[in-house]
Amino acid sequence: MTFGRAAGLALVALLAAGPVIPLGGMKEYVLHVMVQIFVWSFIGGAWSLMGRFGLVSLGHGAFLGLGAYTATLLWNFYGLTPWIGGVAAVALTAVVAVIVAYPCSRFQVVGHYFALVTLAVSEVVRLLIIAERNWTGGSLGVSLKPAGRDSLLAMQFADKRVFYYAGLVLWLLGLWVWLRVDRSMARSAMEAIGEDETAAASVGIHVTRFKIGITVLSASLTAVGGVAYAQYISYVNPDTLAGIGVSLRIVFAVVLGGMYSLLGPTVGTALTIALAEYLRVVFGLKFIGMAETIYGLLLILFIIFLPAGIYGSLRDLVLRLWSPPARAAAKA
Amino acid sequence: MIDPIFLAEAAINGIMLGGILALLALGLNLIFGVIDIVWIAYVDLVMVCMYALYFLVQVYGWPFWLGALASVAVGAALGVGVHLLIISPILGSAPINQFLATGGLLFFLQSSATFLWTTDHKSVRFSLPSWELGGIFFPATRLIPFAISIVALVGLYVFLTRTYMGTAIRAVSQDREAMALMGASPQRIYLVTSAVGGLMAGLAGALLTFQYSVHPFFGGQFGPLTFMICVLGGLGNMVGAFVASFIMSEIISIAGVVWSTEMGYVIAFVVFIVMMFVRPGGILARRS
Repeated sequence: MTFGRAAGLALVALLAAGPVIPLGGMKEYVLHVMVQIFVWSFIGGAWSLMGRFGLVSLGHGAFLGLGAYTATLLWNFYGLTPWIGGVAAVALTAVVAVIVAYPCSRFQVVGHYFALVTLAVSEVVRLLIIAERNWTGGSLGVSLKPAGRDSLLAMQFADKRVFYYAGLVLWLLGLWVWLRVDRSMARSAMEAIGEDETAAASVGIHVTRFKIGITVLSASLTAVGGVAYAQYISYVNPDTLAGIGVSLRIVFAVVLGGMYSLLGPTVGTALTIALAEYLRVVFGLKFIGMAETIYGLLLILFIIFLPAGIYGSLRDLVLRLWSPPARAAAKA
Repeated sequence: MIDPIFLAEAAINGIMLGGILALLALGLNLIFGVIDIVWIAYVDLVMVCMYALYFLVQVYGWPFWLGALASVAVGAALGVGVHLLIISPILGSAPINQFLATGGLLFFLQSSATFLWTTDHKSVRFSLPSWELGGIFFPATRLIPFAISIVALVGLYVFLTRTYMGTAIRAVSQDREAMALMGASPQRIYLVTSAVGGLMAGLAGALLTFQYSVHPFFGGQFGPLTFMICVLGGLGNMVGAFVASFIMSEIISIAGVVWSTEMGYVIAFVVFIVMMFVRPGGILARRS
């Protein structure tokens, strides 16, 4: 058993024991922050599935919003359980992802242009949610209709521990998918496409199929994250779940952590959430906007001084300290 | 059926807004084309200039024209500042990092504006006449900014095509490496470009003050739209940006009257997405 695997198992065991650790009055709050970290890390990981291949999407706000709103509205209006509603949400998101990804790939919309097209998509979803205010509650958002009691069918539980374990499972599932993609042929194909599409096509890689495939996978997982988040918070709002703001936040967390490594998105998300929560607690309601100001400033500084991401930079540092000759050999 | 007078008025308002949008899109287009970085926070710089103008005019009692000049100066200074502090250290990094650094600036500017000046809408009050022609109103608060933006666009065009520096800027946007080989300093050109881009933001801010009140999330209102126009026009294509801004502002103002403001933006963005597939090089680009 390698060191990495042992460390991973220890981490999972620690997280699984999390709710049992006595934390006194802070417990509810810590669990709440942890659930958020799980769900947003999962979403960040979903983003990095395509982000690492140069498909920088700013449209994940759209996928997130579609997922969260579809499941919530189906439950509120038709009483459809989020289990089926979630499947419908993912299916709808996958269709939208194909509608966006097919022409993007067909007409070779890449780089800055891909980012801007997906940005437009996320704004379209946000504005549609606001415009259809009769069902969606417009910019005020809408609350999930309470089931009244704990219900597996409605995915509503009063106890945060249930969501904690669900979040943990979701997060592990995301890591598993990431590893599967990382070890598949698709990764090599996508890396080739990211380097040079024409060259990739010339060696027989089906560029369109791979690009659509990875986009649909990434978007569907993001929609799952949206459903999970909506169920946990039981309130959806276009500004927190759709549009450019949330898209940027997802990308930030991932790039901050490092998008080329398994735990990069998790590290980045955990840090940004912890930072935001810390600043919120420190400044409270006294200085509105101060917490976000520092957050923005730190993001700029991180990007300038740690371009490989926090996790990536740390790992490079550790590797350099541990095995200087191997690294020097690799460089030469 | 909607009264045709309303439609005509919406169409004219669209043209008037288009002038200012063209100014913004061209400022961004210049930076994007020359430095090859998308300043996500570009319209948030406009927001800062609008606040500067508001405080100078409403609080310190400066005459409006002087405040507007100050706003232009603030814009140019911001452009230089952003370039020196944020862009130049990361010129060599991955595009996504450059993109995100200005995204961090967006959060920073939005929230520091919230912190310093609260989320209240602040507007400069004008008492300007309005003319009527055939049932359609032409308020001076729309005509004056439109006229000034046209003059500024012509000025920018002359600067870029008739001066030495302008020619150098256009040359860099065509071929970065070759330009450095010819002995031009890209650093200096980047700096001038950022200053000109910032100057356009300041001017657009002053002109937008005629019709809009400023608040910390002003950038969200025009930001995405400005990128779309900039790309729709085609990089480095000034006429294209000009045409694109009028098309987009017409769509927004007419659809805004016929359906709702949000639907106007939705249609404009969908048009943008479709146009990116059909004409990726911009609306006036020749098909290759």
